[in-house]
Amino acid sequence: MLNNITMGQYYPVDSVIHRLDPRMKLILSIAYIVAVFLANSFAGYILLAAFLLFVCHMANVPFRLLLKGLRPLRMIIVITFLLNLFLTPGDEVWISFWIIRITRESFLQALFYSLRLALLVAGTSLLTLTTSPIALSDGMEVLLTPLKKIHFPAHELAMMMTIALRFIPTLLEETDKIMKAQMARGADFESGNILVRAKAMVPLLVPLFVSAFRRAGDLAMAMESRCYHGGEGRTRLRVLKTTRNDWIALGVVALLLTLIVLEGIFLKGVLF
Amino acid sequence: MQHDAMISLENVSFTYEEASSPALSDISASIRPGEFVAVLGHNGSGKSTLAKLINALYTPAEGNVVVCGYNTREEKLVWEIRRRAGMIFQNPDNQIVATVVKEDVAFGLENLGVPTEEMLPRIEQALSAVRMNKYADSAPHTLSGGQKQRVAIAGILAMEPSVIIADEATAMLDPSGRKEVLDTVRMLNRTKGITVLWITHFMEEAALADRIFVVTDGKVQIEGTPAEVFSHVEEMREMHLDVPPMTALSNALRMEGLPLPAGILTVENMVQEVEKLICPSKSAI
Repeated sequence: MLNNITMGQYYPVDSVIHRLDPRMKLILSIAYIVAVFLANSFAGYILLAAFLLFVCHMANVPFRLLLKGLRPLRMIIVITFLLNLFLTPGDEVWISFWIIRITRESFLQALFYSLRLALLVAGTSLLTLTTSPIALSDGMEVLLTPLKKIHFPAHELAMMMTIALRFIPTLLEETDKIMKAQMARGADFESGNILVRAKAMVPLLVPLFVSAFRRAGDLAMAMESRCYHGGEGRTRLRVLKTTRNDWIALGVVALLLTLIVLEGIFLKGVLF
Repeated sequence: MQHDAMISLENVSFTYEEASSPALSDISASIRPGEFVAVLGHNGSGKSTLAKLINALYTPAEGNVVVCGYNTREEKLVWEIRRRAGMIFQNPDNQIVATVVKEDVAFGLENLGVPTEEMLPRIEQALSAVRMNKYADSAPHTLSGGQKQRVAIAGILAMEPSVIIADEATAMLDPSGRKEVLDTVRMLNRTKGITVLWITHFMEEAALADRIFVVTDGKVQIEGTPAEVFSHVEEMREMHLDVPPMTALSNALRMEGLPLPAGILTVENMVQEVEKLICPSKSAI
């Protein structure tokens, strides 16, 4: 169980999409998000959904994982749907009793906004499903490099990400050990209300924090003794390279974005 | 004299900021290239401070530390020193930076600005020198303590050092992990001629060194070959340090009047000497 935690949401299979340059995937994801916001008809959404399914298929990612990514947001999606359904004014009344009034317009808008949210989340989770966290942080480091001119710590952020990912399993193991040690001495982490349980966490968190700081000190010293002196003059073992597939992917997304823009111009306001 | 020394300490003193007494006071020592030197001492004796002074992590309050001809006082030379004198630390977890073994080995090379094409062969060489090449793509947390320490050694080896400083590198390992790490470092010492400074509180490990420095209260109390050092049984006891069991036994027997020589370290030594005592004629005939 501890072994796959480092990977987060990452679904480790080999596919064309997995092999794409993380920089390209990040840029394309941003383009996709823009497309989702630009689309304003169901035709556009059908196109975007088709695109998502196509990428999902190419990436060898099971469709249920994409749906699973939506689960944490299900309440927000439902609330968005209900608020839009009840609060949007419209003329063609479908149901009306007491203070509730559902019109054709409100129903369509509710559907529209919930779909938009779902498409956004599904698209971005496709990025994290097909890109390992390390590749993501590498890609972000490169993309944020221009911001170094305004003293944005791009390299440091990526290094912090790497170290965090490296130490997640170590700290989890340690949490487990401390928890067992405290339980052996009669600590109870499971019963009582939320306040009691939160209080029970203190004897777990304090030693964990102390040791995390000690580790940080040790690691800083070990890094220094291996000549670490920041990002300057540093070379990389993993060099990001764009391949032909990256440019093909760029072409596909550019086509998608163009279609969405055209759809926005010609089908404006036409929901169906 | 100073020029042939790999590491030389000249009247070195060091005091931690909040401490009232110095961690090290007036230490002088010289370590020749290719030597395997053990620094033996119990907790708080100042032996770890010594390691950090040699790696230029600390600069001495007084005196000079010269590593491969570079004085650790000169800030510009710090990276040169650290490249040549690699250090392995006590906690195997807290010195691995990357999420994949080979990337961790690459860490030092990346910091030195070694071109990418050159890195892969150097990493492969370093990993096979510590016999960890099978694990190049593993995640560090799936390895045992001894394996992690070997990865740490590979990370240093890739930088082609002249000295390896092991700061209690085996203290947190189980017996088999300890043996694994010590054997690896001894092999590197013999085959590649890398100078080793092995800091430990295990006398069995120190007994394998060419030379031992016994450090207590920030001073080198005894210095010499293992046989010489362990013959000071009483002094070692006073410093709360053990001597190898056979050395202790031979000392006790000597006190009882048996004419055993000093400097017996192993069971084999003991058997030989006792045989000589029992039938001295054997060798004569």
